[in-house]
Amino acid sequence: MKASHKYSLYFFVPLILIWGGTYFFSGPKEIVQTRVESTIPQVISYNFDVKPILSDKCYACHGPDAEARQAELRLDLAEGAFKTAKYLSDMPIISKGDPEGSALIYHIRSTDAERQMPPPSSNLLLSERQKEILSKWIEQGALWEEHWAYQIPKRSSPPSITFDSWAINQIDLFIAKRLEVQNMKPSAPASKETILRRLAFDLTGLPPSIELMDQFLTDSSDKAYEKMVDHFMSLPQFGEHMASSWLDVARYADTHGYQDDLERIMWPWRDWVIHAFNKNLPYDEFISWQLAGDLYENPSLEMLVATGFNRNHKITQEGGVIDEEYRVEYVADRTITTSKALMGLTVECARCHDHKYDAVSQKEFFSLYSFFDKVDEKGRIEYGETPSPFIVVDKEIVAKELTFMHLPDSIEKVELMVMKEEPDIRSTYTLKRGVYDAPDQEVFPATPESVLAFDGGYVPNRKGLANWFFDANNPLTSRVIVNRYWQQFFGRGIVSTPDDFGNQGARPTHPKLLDWLATTFRTTDKWDSKQFIKRLVMSATYRQSSKRIADYELQDPENKYLSYYPRQKLTAEMVRDNALATSGLLNMTIGGPSVKPHQPEGLWEETTSGQGLTRYTPDTGSNLYRRSLYTFWKRTVPPPNMMTFDASSRDFCSVERQKTSTPLQSLVLMNDPQFYNAAQHISKKIEKLSLSNQDKIVVLFRQITLRKPLSGEVEMLKRYFDDLTLEKDTDQAFTNLAVLIYNLDETTQKS
Amino acid sequence: MDPLHKHLLNENRRHFLKKVGLGIGGIALGSLLDPFSLQSKTNPADLLYTGALPLPHFAPKAKRVIYLFQSGGPSQLDLFDYKPLLNKMRGQDLPDSIRKGQRLTGMTSGQDRFPLTGSVFNFKQYGESRAWVSEIMPYTAKIADELCFVKSMHTEAINHDPAITFFQTGSQQSGRPSFGSWMSYGLGSLNNNLPSFIVMLSRGTGRPNGQPLYSRLWGNGFLSSLHQGVQFRSGKDPVLYLKNPEGVSRKERRAMLDYLAEMNEIQENTFGDPEVINRISQYEMAFRMQTSVTDVMNLDDEPDHIFQMYGADALTPGTFAANCLLARRLIEKDVRFVQLYHMGWDQHDNLPTQIAKQAKDVDQASAALIMDLKQRGLLEDTLVIWGGEFGRTNYSQGILTETSYGRDHHPRSFTIFMAGGGIKPGFTYGETDEFGYNVIKDPVHVHDLQATILNQFGIDHTQMTYKYQGRRFRLTDVSGNVIHSLIT
Repeated sequence: MKASHKYSLYFFVPLILIWGGTYFFSGPKEIVQTRVESTIPQVISYNFDVKPILSDKCYACHGPDAEARQAELRLDLAEGAFKTAKYLSDMPIISKGDPEGSALIYHIRSTDAERQMPPPSSNLLLSERQKEILSKWIEQGALWEEHWAYQIPKRSSPPSITFDSWAINQIDLFIAKRLEVQNMKPSAPASKETILRRLAFDLTGLPPSIELMDQFLTDSSDKAYEKMVDHFMSLPQFGEHMASSWLDVARYADTHGYQDDLERIMWPWRDWVIHAFNKNLPYDEFISWQLAGDLYENPSLEMLVATGFNRNHKITQEGGVIDEEYRVEYVADRTITTSKALMGLTVECARCHDHKYDAVSQKEFFSLYSFFDKVDEKGRIEYGETPSPFIVVDKEIVAKELTFMHLPDSIEKVELMVMKEEPDIRSTYTLKRGVYDAPDQEVFPATPESVLAFDGGYVPNRKGLANWFFDANNPLTSRVIVNRYWQQFFGRGIVSTPDDFGNQGARPTHPKLLDWLATTFRTTDKWDSKQFIKRLVMSATYRQSSKRIADYELQDPENKYLSYYPRQKLTAEMVRDNALATSGLLNMTIGGPSVKPHQPEGLWEETTSGQGLTRYTPDTGSNLYRRSLYTFWKRTVPPPNMMTFDASSRDFCSVERQKTSTPLQSLVLMNDPQFYNAAQHISKKIEKLSLSNQDKIVVLFRQITLRKPLSGEVEMLKRYFDDLTLEKDTDQAFTNLAVLIYNLDETTQKS
Repeated sequence: MDPLHKHLLNENRRHFLKKVGLGIGGIALGSLLDPFSLQSKTNPADLLYTGALPLPHFAPKAKRVIYLFQSGGPSQLDLFDYKPLLNKMRGQDLPDSIRKGQRLTGMTSGQDRFPLTGSVFNFKQYGESRAWVSEIMPYTAKIADELCFVKSMHTEAINHDPAITFFQTGSQQSGRPSFGSWMSYGLGSLNNNLPSFIVMLSRGTGRPNGQPLYSRLWGNGFLSSLHQGVQFRSGKDPVLYLKNPEGVSRKERRAMLDYLAEMNEIQENTFGDPEVINRISQYEMAFRMQTSVTDVMNLDDEPDHIFQMYGADALTPGTFAANCLLARRLIEKDVRFVQLYHMGWDQHDNLPTQIAKQAKDVDQASAALIMDLKQRGLLEDTLVIWGGEFGRTNYSQGILTETSYGRDHHPRSFTIFMAGGGIKPGFTYGETDEFGYNVIKDPVHVHDLQATILNQFGIDHTQMTYKYQGRRFRLTDVSGNVIHSLIT
């Protein structure tokens, strides 16, 4: 035993050094957060350095939650932080310029378990570095600032940089400046093959065709890249791809989600989302229609369809449940979804008590909740019932007013859930502990005051709420969406916690860039998403090579400063769509009802109660090969291959997916008949070409990876092929070869 | 890092990869230093991955769990909680003084009357511990002295979906990690070729179309999907996508993986992305799983007397009995958390007929599993838990007849039992009133039970947290107390 330990150590130590301490499996955030801490900044910033510590370690007992507050001390407000501690002979909690004379420092430095803060029992220990930051901040005068995210974005001019030949647009100036400060440099552009594949996935969710790649490779004009950007954004696949992310936010599914998990029809709403992205409906309207389309004057039918957004939550049919308990659940879900999606705030804590970290009181939660409470709906529905309120859409209406909707000939009409305001249906109350049968204090529509007060200027309904979101003084709306777009293209947001812009959330890595983007999207682009996205992908930052720079490993192991383009895993949708597209199986039909591709037999059968969707019957023909965003989503038994690749469960609003690597993913890629069929399909086509085997191998490789193989790679693949043909027919050998190429790391990544 | 240094390190790594034939599994230096992993038979360096907790909070008594979840809400009044008064008062109304305003499900809230009903089954006391067990659980009765009955369980939910979600994740609303995922996250894996959280389902014969299940019950929530429960199924493909496609042999697969690793290494050199190496190891693990899962699911090497012990059902794949036998095999392979779900315990009507069948499904195999673990010396550090999401009412749902009754959901009291894992054997904890309605002594909340189970693994339930969306979440949410009386 001893010997083997020594043996292991000998080999592992160098490995750990190479990986720079990254956890072996990607994913767990907790691990990333405990990375080696950097040096203490020269000038301590309250918002960036101090507040994260206070929030994480102190607010639970000395923060916004009045019920949990200890010693009547509140550290989230200046008036609390600068008052005096009576029990310590009136020593100020914080004495500006005087750490020694500050009770806060006294407590955090104390080794007396009675005095020490945070108390040892809380398991919230401060590191030496954190103590030093608090002390140094006080020494430097304890300058107090309001929370950064609640301030209106300030537009600053892009900085000037020394390495300016690299920059293409303003984004690059901000990025390069930050790198310059760190003594780092950005990377050269990626190869043409790499950038076109990256761009195609980012704008359409699909790889480019070989023909398009050839066209791009031979186009030496200055506009070659921009032409491709415009081309991809003009394709209907752009809308499909953008819709994929929005379905996560909107927790879209084809079933009701609780217990027997009955089918619902919401795909017309999905058709609308695709349509809205493709026609480039400005973001303010895209959101406002979904929030309050029904409350416009003479709303179009399309606007009513859009309000389905707020009906995508789960709904129960379980016998015996208490109706009101679930109705409350649905209204809370809308409140939470809206906050997370549009404000980047997680308010659900405030449902039961005042928020522990952010200034959202329970009363504010229920005031926000009251916007969504005025709907005549049931908590429990009957089997087969379309939950009210709904509209009926038939062929005639589709032909006249909803031409984007892909109603199949076989379906006469559909009932589609929408929002319908009933202003006087009920009064709204705060609920003690968040429980449905414990109403407390009556509340009226309002928004969290610390973000932006909902004063007399707005109508007190969802329309007013939509206007509030797009008020020029709303500090969050624009930041939250540009951050999510950034995340979509760069793998992580400028604020790496897209669901938390509050006190516990991450600070922006590039605060000035974030504000510049936010103000640009609002004022320059006037919420034109295509124009905004084009700016992102036109930047030199986006077009960099993704080769890691070893010299920066220690300084910036997570590549937060973007000295190179961050490689990312293809999403669950992209992984499958890539196999279908490159093999030639993909059916590009847009919209319509969800489809059922192959999935392992028996999955629905073995968990069902015999009610509702008891049996999964795969579709036939080309419906097996539709894009993955159309795959039927049964919430209680979601498509297993997509879940394995970190798709969101659609149980609730999600603005970020996990990024893990697991053995189960390898099994899907190697053995899922869907992937194997793709390999067979493509190899059959390749085999028919009148080329030498070696040339066929080159064509096959390029067809899947979109690049020409290196000579070493060709050699290796040829060797594999020759090995295979010793025992197998050529067609089987090509299939095996295709399986190998589909399993390459490169194939499953966006490089 | 200077380029020369990096080069040398890369050389070392290549050397290493060759040396171990790429079978590097999920290696982290932490595993060498991790006391949890020292519990494992596997060389720590070969473990799939290690836990997030750097140290046990105190000395663990258990290493592995088998959770025999009885889905639907088994009637404690017909299995373990003997209440002769209910037989005496049969047909009389539940007194308000006992109900004390307890909310009812929509299934009985409309009833005019709540006629009390005792069990049609006979109860006796068994073993030195004199535990009460009903006649429909004869095998369980025989091993009463191995078991710890908790008769004072109570929960917050009164409907299946929220109640089972609460039991498995600590919250009534979905989205939190499952119990097994928490354990996998906190403690890590004990082996290098099987998932650490494995789930198996079976359907009861008492009510074949009973309550549905939802795969989110074994979901990883906000934890890494590495910790998701992996469903093992009866049939050709015990783990989804495990089997090679038709016509692809294991030898071919091996060759493919060797070439794949070499090709990926070229990639790693191109991009310098350490994740590439990680993904190579995922393929190796997948490859190992293909044999390890198949081996463990193949019962051919089990002798006849074992099948006799677990009962005839054990020969039929997909039954509760077969799953129990598989659970033992998985535990032998050092799987951390094995979760069985047996459906069909939702007896709203026709209870006597239905529950007798349900009990027959599980009684012999549950007892056999416990004794089998014991004879192999595994019970000591394996905790077996048997129970459902809530109990059932002491009054009849629907009309009470001479021979039949139904029972509605009852959150205020129910019974579960445990064995092994440092839990007191031959012990009954907690007590309900004569009506079998309210807990009158030593209540155990779901979070208390979870806290106690975690405690057996050396985990302070308040300190195994995961920060998500700014908040530190834990299995026991914001409550839960370890019930020290249950522990040896």
